[in-house]
Amino acid sequence: MKSVEIAVVGAGPAGLSATLAAAGQGASVALIERDEHLGGQLVKQTHKFFGSARQEAGTRGVVIARRLGQAVREQAGIDLRLATTVLGYYSDKVLYLEEPDRLAKLQAERAIFATGASERMLIFGNNDRPGVYGAGAVQTLMNVHGVMPGRRVLMIGAGNIGLIVSYQLLQAGVQVAAIVEAAPRIGGYLVHAAKVRRAGVPILTGHTVKEAVGEEAVEAAVIWRLDEQWRPVPGTEERVDCDVICLATGLSPLGELMWQAGCRMAYVPELGGHVPWHDDDLRTSHEDIYVAGDASGVEEASAAMVEGRIAGLAAARSLGHDRDVEEKLGEARRELAALRAGPTGEKIRRGLESLRQGGDGR
Amino acid sequence: MSAETRRPEDRGPSGARRPGPSEALIRTGLPSAEDLERVRPSAERLTHGAVAVLECFQRIPCDPCASSCHHGAIAAFADINDLPSMDAERCNGCGLCVARCPGLAIFIVDEHHAPGEALIKLAYEFLPLPARDQVVTALDRAGREVGQARVVRVQRPKEKTDTPVVWITVPKDLAWTVRHIKVEVSHGA
Repeated sequence: MKSVEIAVVGAGPAGLSATLAAAGQGASVALIERDEHLGGQLVKQTHKFFGSARQEAGTRGVVIARRLGQAVREQAGIDLRLATTVLGYYSDKVLYLEEPDRLAKLQAERAIFATGASERMLIFGNNDRPGVYGAGAVQTLMNVHGVMPGRRVLMIGAGNIGLIVSYQLLQAGVQVAAIVEAAPRIGGYLVHAAKVRRAGVPILTGHTVKEAVGEEAVEAAVIWRLDEQWRPVPGTEERVDCDVICLATGLSPLGELMWQAGCRMAYVPELGGHVPWHDDDLRTSHEDIYVAGDASGVEEASAAMVEGRIAGLAAARSLGHDRDVEEKLGEARRELAALRAGPTGEKIRRGLESLRQGGDGR
Repeated sequence: MSAETRRPEDRGPSGARRPGPSEALIRTGLPSAEDLERVRPSAERLTHGAVAVLECFQRIPCDPCASSCHHGAIAAFADINDLPSMDAERCNGCGLCVARCPGLAIFIVDEHHAPGEALIKLAYEFLPLPARDQVVTALDRAGREVGQARVVRVQRPKEKTDTPVVWITVPKDLAWTVRHIKVEVSHGA
């Protein structure tokens, strides 16, 4: 059985950053990715990132994916395993891998799970009709495969994903009928909201979708208003013609492997659902397992990249590697704290506080 | 997605307290007159020609505008979540920040471009790009058609992933209204 010092699971922004940080410390690293390409969700992010220069602010996600991917390919000591799914983590620090044509085992002194998050479904009438999509699928169709998902879209959710995907639809020449948001306020960055507003898309806060209309496929949606207690107001129904209903209603961390490995998990709504307890080094209750990115709590990709660096550095340090590791860890921790310091970081700060109050997790 | 319970009191880098985005802006995505008044350069400065208008109203972790400015008009951020702090006297309206702002929230306005005519430089990430001298539809912040604009220059970026900046002229009374354009896709042949 092959063995490495550190196995990183998932090659999105967090996993790529973790891999580079750990390999930069001189650790041997295996990077395992289910998809056939590196970058995770970054490959469909055609908008420019926020943050500061250290987190590639002003650069489009797709360009960041290319840069990080190239750095990983050029860095010595990285065992890259694409199209490979991790099936489980077992005693003796062994990962079971499903490769394209065989099963394999890999022994790793430390594992970093950067498995990301999955989209949440929304319950409404006829939500199984063809034409009801997740925002991630719409982005994959448009930005990865160059396929228009439809002609006229109703977007559900005015968080950053709903706002950004609406803008990308407009750029692709698709009409966006409206953005519907159940909360009384726009959840995403207001600069993203301004971009879609001036392109003529209304944002209807305090509204939700009641049902999809159409037998064979979506022909329209019925939306209605919500009162202050988030209850639908009968009589406020409105029909919106569209052939796509796109759901951008939030993400849930993907923690299955950490559940299975026996990490202590906690339900923290502010972090998106069940996440593994973890400390400032992103170490979970299992001393050989680290977590980074959305799997540790749903947040922006710029934060995921910094978390990846921290987990990679900390895991390498725990194995005795030290190339100015303390200094680099300190720098990364300060960056992460700065990203979360403002009002838009309040939710994640509250979530982490609540996670930490759950004790030391061991 | 969760409803935030209170409106953040925002601070500029100088430490001076600056109100956060208006309720209207948070509900609709459209800045209120008060939001806009706060970022409008002084009447005196406007008489001196092109100047950047930073329509950035919410504290988010983002600071590329400061490093994009070669004239020191946008102060370095003490906290990356600060709102940008602009010294309009040092701004010459070059527009480097327009292409750099990830939020596409910066516009250059020259109220005195020509008699009765204002110049606006705006970031434009749609295809096709307009041609020089093309007349396009001028849109306001809600995407309403408010008149026509003439394209006087199209700054295409060196890298195709960077943001083009389109210079348009509009009647002077629309200088604070027009913030986007619609370019007709030609179906000719």
